[in-house]
Amino acid sequence: MNRAEVPALAAYGLEKKYGQVRALRGASFEAFAGQVTALVGDNGAGKSTLIKCLAGVIQPDFGQIMVDGRPVSMSDPVHATKHGIETVYQDLALASDLDAAANVFLGREIRRMRVLHDHKEMRRRTAASFSDLGVGLVQDMRVPVSSFSGGQRQSVAIARAAMWAKHVIIMDEPTAALGVIQTEKVLQLIQKVRSRGLAVVLISHNLPQVIDVADRIEVMRLGARVARFRRGEVDVERLIAAVSGAFSNEADVPNGEVTA
Amino acid sequence: MNTMRTARRGAPPAPSAPPSRSLISVVKDLLGQTSGLTFVALVVMIIYFSLMEPGKFNTTSNFDLLAQNVSILIVLSVGATFVIATSGIDLSIPAAVVLGEVFATKALGWFTVGEGTAVDVTESETKFSYIAVALLAALAAGLIIGTVNGLVVAYMRVPPLLATLGTLGSGLGAANLMQDGSNTATSALAPVTSGEAVPGISNIVLIAIIVVALGWVAVRYSVFGRHTLAIGSNEEAARRVGIKVERHLVKVYVLAGLASAFGGFLSVSFFGTTSLAGHMTDNMQAITAVALGGTSVFGGVATMLGTLIGACIPSLLKNGFVIMGVGAYWQDVAIGFVLVLTVWFDQMRRKARTKH
Repeated sequence: MNRAEVPALAAYGLEKKYGQVRALRGASFEAFAGQVTALVGDNGAGKSTLIKCLAGVIQPDFGQIMVDGRPVSMSDPVHATKHGIETVYQDLALASDLDAAANVFLGREIRRMRVLHDHKEMRRRTAASFSDLGVGLVQDMRVPVSSFSGGQRQSVAIARAAMWAKHVIIMDEPTAALGVIQTEKVLQLIQKVRSRGLAVVLISHNLPQVIDVADRIEVMRLGARVARFRRGEVDVERLIAAVSGAFSNEADVPNGEVTA
Repeated sequence: MNTMRTARRGAPPAPSAPPSRSLISVVKDLLGQTSGLTFVALVVMIIYFSLMEPGKFNTTSNFDLLAQNVSILIVLSVGATFVIATSGIDLSIPAAVVLGEVFATKALGWFTVGEGTAVDVTESETKFSYIAVALLAALAAGLIIGTVNGLVVAYMRVPPLLATLGTLGSGLGAANLMQDGSNTATSALAPVTSGEAVPGISNIVLIAIIVVALGWVAVRYSVFGRHTLAIGSNEEAARRVGIKVERHLVKVYVLAGLASAFGGFLSVSFFGTTSLAGHMTDNMQAITAVALGGTSVFGGVATMLGTLIGACIPSLLKNGFVIMGVGAYWQDVAIGFVLVLTVWFDQMRRKARTKH
């Protein structure tokens, strides 16, 4: 089992330009199975761009993305899905007029007679999966998710990703909009997903939370990785130093001129 | 809560559910799909007119006439429901209807019968092949209009309002050019809508019922319908789960075009003539029917039974007013108000939901 040594999901030397803006300047990233890898960095550091590349939403200009050590190309989100990578976006990407089961199975409906969907079965499986994950939905499974609270909607989005992810689950600021209790629930959910052996990628601005939850922390600044820490190696102060550019433990931090 | 969850995992809790309850839940389910208010309004109107004009309004022949009058509108509205569910709109309905009529009669002209063509045959002389070819020709018109609409909306990103306004003008212009501005009368297609394949129900009404039933299944139970609602609800979310949003939108507009052109085919059959200038407000009527029925003009929510009811209300109101001797134009005034109220309610409901 040297699986832990080969990253479940990795990116090396990613470059992405938006006009004159270089969002990624040789960014690298690694996430391992059974671990929570936190990705931190200030606004504009390139976290979102990196994540979008990993999820297949956008394509990097240069660089390599690897799944289980094999180079892959992610030309659209469906490719990422095929590689067992699921993403929980900050805006959740739920169809708010549909119910939880319809959202969980959206685009992957269980079919009857080829053209019809089997909503009963989808609802049953959704309920089973939610209960496995400890997601208690107070509301009936029949109501549209627009009538759910923010935390419940977040739970639906995470449960959907957890249900389909075979390898990696990427979460973009999953607790940013939540209250204390809901945040705690989401963090428990993350632990549950991690204990299933998935690689969890967590993007967060909440540094104490990151130190608490993450097995590994990768810090981005100006479109590149500037620091890596293992659990217990870092405190909030040093993390802030890394985020702000005062600290780096990366050998070859690109200064902006390095190209892939 | 745990018990609640486990209860849902298996089969639905069957015990202690008397048979009558399932009937009630079915009715509730059916009502839940329509804007309840609209259904109540329909029932109230029927009761009111029946009480006010007994023996005039509530007669079989009047109801049959009403049903025949709204049948074509219902067919158009079924197609429009899908478009509106994507938060789009189809103003090109009259063009697709009229082109459907023109294509159908042109196709009849391909058959030489005696001195003339199949256009001139009587109802008893017509053949299945004439009707089949005319139908295919009509549907081809719908396919063209729908495909153009879909491509322009989905790939060229022109707002549906303007994209379909464009095809409305071009389509009507093309129809007039093909006809040189005059209409063609024909009895060849009459057997489609006249007569009663099922005793007691006019064919045209039966066809409308079948179309609504198909639309109902498509919205409620098909993957196509679900993806349509998902796109109307959150296009980006649909795209991220791998739904081919652009391709799906083209399909939706094609479906609407086909429904409209089929309506044109029915119209030639029923009225025995093309009607170049007779469908100008069909788009407004269909949109009104869909919105009154409870399909959200903001997308994401659709109800086919609502559309059915929404299509009936204006005709019923007009019919009732005429029988009561109230000026028929009051119907237009009333429907205008009710339409705005309906959409306003929908807006409020959405705002209330997204507060938390």
